[in-house]
Amino acid sequence: MTDAPGAQLESVFAARQITKVYHMGEVDVHALRGVDLDLYRGEFVVLLGPSGSGKSTLLNILGGLDTPTAGSVHYLDKELTDFDDAALTRYRRDHVGFIFQFYNLIPSLTARENVALITEIASNPMTPNEALELVDLQDRADHFPAQMSGGEQQRVAIARAVAKQPDVLLCDEPTGALDVQTGILVLEAIQRINRDLGTTTAVITHNAVIAEMADRVIHLSGGKITGVETNSTKREASELTW
Amino acid sequence: MTALNRKTLRDLWQMKGQAIAIALVIACGIALFVLSRSMLHSLELTQQTYYDRYHFAEVFASLKRAPDSLGERIAEIPGVARLETRIVVMVNLTVEGLSDPAMGRIVSLPDTRKPVLNQLFLRRGRWLSPRRDDEVLASEAFTTANNLHVGDSILAVINGRQKRLKIVGIALSPEYIYEIKPGDLLPDNRHFGVLWMNREAISIAYNLEGAFNDVAISLLRGASTPEVIERLDQLIRPYGGLGSYARKNQPSHLFVDNEIEQNRQMGLIMPTVFLGVAAFLLNVVLSRVINLQREQIAALKAFGYSRQEVGWHYLKLALLIVVLGLCLGIPGGMWLGEGVTGMYAKLFHFPTFTYRLTYDVALTASLISVGAALLGAWGSIMRAVRLPPAEAMRPEAPTNYGPTILERMRLGHWVPPVVSMILRQLERHPIKTSMSIFAISLAVAIVVVGNFMEDSVNYVLNAQFRTVQRYDMSISTIEPVSDCALYEVGNMPGVIYCEPTRSVSTRIRSGARQRRVGIQGLPCDSTLFQLIDLDANDIALPEDGLLISQKLADILNIQIGDYVQVEVLEGKRPTLQVPVSGTLQDFTGVAAYMNIEALGRMMRDGSLITGAHLLVDPLQQDALYSELRTIPKVAGVTVKQHSIDSFENTVGENMMLMKRINLLFACVIAVGVVYNSARISLSERSRELATLRVIGFTRGEISAILLGELAIITLLAIPLGLWFGYQIAALMVSLLDLELFRFPLVIERTTYALATAVVLLASIASGLLVRRRLDQLDLIAVLKARE
Repeated sequence: MTDAPGAQLESVFAARQITKVYHMGEVDVHALRGVDLDLYRGEFVVLLGPSGSGKSTLLNILGGLDTPTAGSVHYLDKELTDFDDAALTRYRRDHVGFIFQFYNLIPSLTARENVALITEIASNPMTPNEALELVDLQDRADHFPAQMSGGEQQRVAIARAVAKQPDVLLCDEPTGALDVQTGILVLEAIQRINRDLGTTTAVITHNAVIAEMADRVIHLSGGKITGVETNSTKREASELTW
Repeated sequence: MTALNRKTLRDLWQMKGQAIAIALVIACGIALFVLSRSMLHSLELTQQTYYDRYHFAEVFASLKRAPDSLGERIAEIPGVARLETRIVVMVNLTVEGLSDPAMGRIVSLPDTRKPVLNQLFLRRGRWLSPRRDDEVLASEAFTTANNLHVGDSILAVINGRQKRLKIVGIALSPEYIYEIKPGDLLPDNRHFGVLWMNREAISIAYNLEGAFNDVAISLLRGASTPEVIERLDQLIRPYGGLGSYARKNQPSHLFVDNEIEQNRQMGLIMPTVFLGVAAFLLNVVLSRVINLQREQIAALKAFGYSRQEVGWHYLKLALLIVVLGLCLGIPGGMWLGEGVTGMYAKLFHFPTFTYRLTYDVALTASLISVGAALLGAWGSIMRAVRLPPAEAMRPEAPTNYGPTILERMRLGHWVPPVVSMILRQLERHPIKTSMSIFAISLAVAIVVVGNFMEDSVNYVLNAQFRTVQRYDMSISTIEPVSDCALYEVGNMPGVIYCEPTRSVSTRIRSGARQRRVGIQGLPCDSTLFQLIDLDANDIALPEDGLLISQKLADILNIQIGDYVQVEVLEGKRPTLQVPVSGTLQDFTGVAAYMNIEALGRMMRDGSLITGAHLLVDPLQQDALYSELRTIPKVAGVTVKQHSIDSFENTVGENMMLMKRINLLFACVIAVGVVYNSARISLSERSRELATLRVIGFTRGEISAILLGELAIITLLAIPLGLWFGYQIAALMVSLLDLELFRFPLVIERTTYALATAVVLLASIASGLLVRRRLDQLDLIAVLKARE
């Protein structure tokens, strides 16, 4: 899948002319201004852009956390923009895995329980232990978030996101709060999931180095896509440095 | 267990202090609710079963003397189902071991059959042997109070002749559940008892063979009580009828009903306050938890947890606290119920009075507390549910601070920065601040309310026993006697001073409204019985006309200056129009007073008297008793001190118990509210306070910021709470404005002081608990946390 011949591959997401306007008091903030985007099954995409470029908004809309002000988003054959709250919940529950910059683990639950939180409601989950093994944390299963390092917490978050065997994995600055070594461990885990499970993966970051491990890199700026490039050779996460 | 349930339990454990405080407040409300409701049900059920099984009569009448044949005519009144004619007399008793005089009410029992109405429950011993004239059954209350047993004897003065009566059995009657001397309000079981005797024996002694002087009637279903009373009155009038009355005016029944009514009212007010406060606390605490968990909620939603699941998750937290409250409150209420049952056993004499908690009371209590929790939790849970998942990922925007009122008034530079911070914090959250003030003020109010009953009753007692009744002893005669008898009394040993009294049985009417009232005749310049108004000012008895209880004026719907129809039920039985010259606020029963001379003129029988008030030398009291005992015309002697003692043994003790319960609960609510407020401030501001510590503030200074806030809230809450307490007490006074007892709205300064002290202490204790946590503040951890 090194050269992503878009036309032949199945499109998982197809976003057309999506705009998002936030009303902040008397000011309207245009977070997205007519974005067209396709994500294909099994690919690893990096959305690259400075803060305020609209990449988080885009990811939230794809993940069903937010709805666009205008435009349409297709997930497979379904129109996400037609979904009501219950349908969006269903969609997130069955299809989407999220990884956030600040992990968002439940502090009162152990690693295993944080993963179980998801496996209990998903339709075709792996066991929490299997998910933790994927991120090499089987030994830390009974630790609480407060007893783990940032990198470990983020790996628990990854295990939690993939435990449901999602169709897409959406990662919002997954290494933003981590040092280089830990960040690379986390990226390795994400890369492994994408490769071994074939999960369509989108990572947003403002760290250009991470783009080197993607199939495609989408540049965002000022709420618009300013360029798409396809990597001819993907680098291993372990080879990265910043 | 699912991971989400585990989270619920761990969140609950995290906030255990607050959860326990709220659960305790709920428990108090539920315990009070369970106590008063189950007591209400137990009393109602016991009363009803007793009445049904022992055929308690529905209409009663006393008369002077009527031939047995009148009974047949009474039985023909439409609506009368069954009747029992009886002989009822008052006698003086001498009880071994009791130096002062006691009185007995002898009620006749048919010689050869069971009575058809007001049947007795035989607790111990045996029934009377037919034709025996020296056997009695005695009431349990009287025998217990005097330590009398089956086989013991007492001396009774029966129609002037002393007779030894053997107690062969100890009995209870539905007519005397609350056993009081006619005209009294409080039981004095040592000095008054009911005795049952063979009809033949008592009729011979009182020359009432083939006659009766009392009748009890039961009615057919659907019969009109007023009509039966009307017809019965017509029939007994020629025979010295003293007016018939329905069960609802029967003294014992009236008291039991009064108690039932009080339980009904108390079951509403106090639990409402407690559960209201609990709902408020739940609201505050849950809002806080949900604010702290914004990101967790967002994450749960991002992973596909639905609104319902998230809402239910937080609702469970509230419900667990309620369940804890119920687990403490329901058994707590039952435990208190057992205690109060013991208290009732002293006042009310039922064959069995078992306290029972019914399922529906427990169920209602559960539903009410769940309802209160929902009410409290709903708003914050809805906010959690509505939180859009993407938005929740962003931390809450910082609160918009601005200059405080002091600064706007350009007084800002006068206050130190720490005070400024406190004031800004309070002013920035006006709703939260006012809610905290409100909740703490409720705690103050509850102490006031819990204590006010005692103030009120003390006031009544003091007014009754010190200001109104200035005599030591009162005596009454069997029938009216010439006022010359007063000189005889005045010359008896130990009598320092005496004043005449006269009591006339009447029925007072105004339009369709009527009441049976005994008019009390007093000398115009009476010094031993001083009528007073609410503020303890003396009220002069008018020369002419009636002075009546305000309550009676309300019942008859009349005003000063109106004329009422007075139907005298004795002597020449005149019916007269008498003006109402004044009203007075009294606290018990309904009364009518008249100048004794005007009363004599009204009765057209000169200056007769029926009793006297006496000032007595305590050293010669026993000699006086012995002397009085030998006078056949003396029907009864009442010693004021006995009334006071008996009050302290029964009602006084009960009140102390209730007061302790209320005070305990008030402390719980005070600590619950103050502790929760303090904990929430701490968790909301730990980051800010830690920052201050890092930049060099001392522990004392940051404590001052947090505790200063608490102190200001508490100080504002206290006056408000005192005012609330007054208002709730006023509400209770109006709800408990019953014919039998009325409570004046008297709140002593000591009660206000107690309320203030309890809440201040609770605040200080909570402050110290929070202060300890503040000292343990982990500076690095607090600052590292993202929030």
